[in-house]
Amino acid sequence: MKSRSEKPTLTQVPIGSAARVVAVNGTNRIARRLMEMGVIPGVRLEVLKTAPFGDPIEVRVRGYNLAMRRSEADAIEVAV
Amino acid sequence: MHDAAQGSGFTIALAGNPNAGKTTLFNALTGLKQKVANYPGVTVERKQGSWRLPQGTSDLIDLPGLYSLDATSLDEQIAREVITGNVSGLARPDAVVAVVDATNLERNLYLVTQLFEFGIPVVVALTMIDVFEKQKHEIDTRKLERLLNVPVVRVNAKTGRGRDELAKKVIEVIRARPQVPHELNGGLADQPQHAKIFARYNFISNVVQETVRHNDKEDHRFSEKIDRVLTHKFFGLVILVGVLLLLFQAIFSWASLPMDLLDKGFGSLGDWLRAEMPAGVLTDLVVDGIVAGVGGVLVFLPQILLLFLFISLLEDTGYMARAAFLLDRLMSRVGLHGKAFLPLMSSFACAIPGIMATRTIESRRDRFATILIAPFMSCSARLPVYSLMIAAFFAGKTVFGFVSVGAVLMLAMYSLGIFVAIVVAFILKRTLLKAPPPPFLMELPPYRVPNFRTVFQNMLTRAWLFVKRAGTVILAISIILWALMYFPRDGKSDAFTHDNNVAESQTEVTPEGVTLTPESQQIQHSFAGKLGHTIEPAIRPLGFDWKIGVALIASFAAREVLVSTLSIIYNVGKDDDAQSQTLVQALHDAKRDDGRPAWTPLTGLTLMVFFVLAMQCMSTVAVVRRETNSWLWPIFMITYMTGLAYVAAMLTFQGGMLLGFG
Repeated sequence: MKSRSEKPTLTQVPIGSAARVVAVNGTNRIARRLMEMGVIPGVRLEVLKTAPFGDPIEVRVRGYNLAMRRSEADAIEVAV
Repeated sequence: MHDAAQGSGFTIALAGNPNAGKTTLFNALTGLKQKVANYPGVTVERKQGSWRLPQGTSDLIDLPGLYSLDATSLDEQIAREVITGNVSGLARPDAVVAVVDATNLERNLYLVTQLFEFGIPVVVALTMIDVFEKQKHEIDTRKLERLLNVPVVRVNAKTGRGRDELAKKVIEVIRARPQVPHELNGGLADQPQHAKIFARYNFISNVVQETVRHNDKEDHRFSEKIDRVLTHKFFGLVILVGVLLLLFQAIFSWASLPMDLLDKGFGSLGDWLRAEMPAGVLTDLVVDGIVAGVGGVLVFLPQILLLFLFISLLEDTGYMARAAFLLDRLMSRVGLHGKAFLPLMSSFACAIPGIMATRTIESRRDRFATILIAPFMSCSARLPVYSLMIAAFFAGKTVFGFVSVGAVLMLAMYSLGIFVAIVVAFILKRTLLKAPPPPFLMELPPYRVPNFRTVFQNMLTRAWLFVKRAGTVILAISIILWALMYFPRDGKSDAFTHDNNVAESQTEVTPEGVTLTPESQQIQHSFAGKLGHTIEPAIRPLGFDWKIGVALIASFAAREVLVSTLSIIYNVGKDDDAQSQTLVQALHDAKRDDGRPAWTPLTGLTLMVFFVLAMQCMSTVAVVRRETNSWLWPIFMITYMTGLAYVAAMLTFQGGMLLGFG
């Protein structure tokens, strides 16, 4: 996934750091779901933690906590 | 509905995000008078109640919890159809009450902006306002009303705050039909999907910026502090195991007392009916068919109540989402959702509540895959069968000098079930239920003290659904199985059901010199007995004779029936349990028609393997029928599971013979 575009995605954001969404890629279904949940360009995301087996991750967006798999997080292009 | 005469004739829909307090508000508005059914053709739950408005009562429809109305999921599709008036038997709602969680305003308002686009009158019910204010945030409700151009009512289901105002405002909007904000009106229709989403959130960001003053101190992250422990890489898992142990304890131990009482109660009811009713076929049908059959299923009610009490509590506190978060990685390896874990664990007690618990999984394919493998978990009904076989053929034996063979076998049976479940799930998700993995986006809601009324109502609703099943499908199957064992009647054995003492004198002596009670004579001459003979060639490769065949047929009603049927066939009294030494002795003494022993340790092991994998539980079949809304899936389930059981049992027996264990 990373090789497709060299731009950083949410998976590269270290735990405890925040980033701003630049674009939401991925299949139409995933992108739409993410955006409906409020993950749209310009919004600030904070990576809170990962689950015991490394996946999924928990982020804070628009004042609530959202869990997503790394495959979804990889669809979110960010600027740190 | 019931009081349509003095009703307002209005239909109101209740819409909101999951975790926004929608169910609690629904309960507060409608009280205990609720109707739960499925929408036609699908398994989405349809909850309806009546709500008293100033103009008389209205029908209040509780829509499924939604994040959006874009019709990508089944829930969203249904909600859309309800709002547009496209569900048969349901009037188009006159207004929608949008439940909005004040502590999560932006995302909650997204659904409201979509509702505006449907041109339906909307009233916003602002929930969690007490939590919001405790966190020292402020919201200007009047300004919010002005910007959204719809009434906004602060509600609190616990104190009843805002209930009357909400009713008043609903009537107002139905009359006045206020215009939706022009940013969202009209212009959006022709825009591409993504642009619409941007526009909605832009509108929301502006609204929130103008109406909410957030407290800068982030002490609202109370939930995150709890989460530091509960979703900790190590302690989180330890606590999860503890929670599951507690759940098991409840289902296995705490439920056993009321279950025994129910069992005895149905027994006494049967005895009483037998004494009071005139002897004959009708009495036999009522006592042995209906009371015994339906009673045998209703004894599971305490387990179901307890499991759903736990599930409701876990969901309402917010812990359920954390459990799914912790385990998603493990479950996704076999293609299942993290939320599949709890239904599967519950199935170790009983597959019925387990399958009913899959309702928390949104994706249909993930849910069906979970349902299809749930019965592989060794449930409590298999225990009597395992116990009997171990007591009869492996008692007192040890391996390595100290580990009992019984314990090893027990563990092996549980493991076999889990192993096959994993393999089947893996295959199903790549074939029949193949689909791109649905987006795993799960809100981790803040921890909350559960609303006990919601919890209890949820529990009772589930239990009622189960009882209704027992009253219909299970009743029918009970009667069929009873008839198979009861007919045709031969004159000789007619007396036994009426008076066992008289029957004693009518015993028959078999060629082997074993005396048979009329009960065992009857079973042998019945359709079931004939069926046992018919299937004997098919089960011979498994090492089973026709008598075991009869017990197998009977056990398709419920697994534990095997023990009582064997007792009847081998003539050791109906009420023997798995530990009974008489039954164990009878198994040792039993001979085939050619004089060879009917049972060997290998036969016992083969039978256990068969019971791990076969679909022998009519209640499960009935519940799968209900939960998948089709006969196709339960039939598929019976076929593939029993086929697997047959092959595995044959491999066990033939393999054992080759190795010389015959």
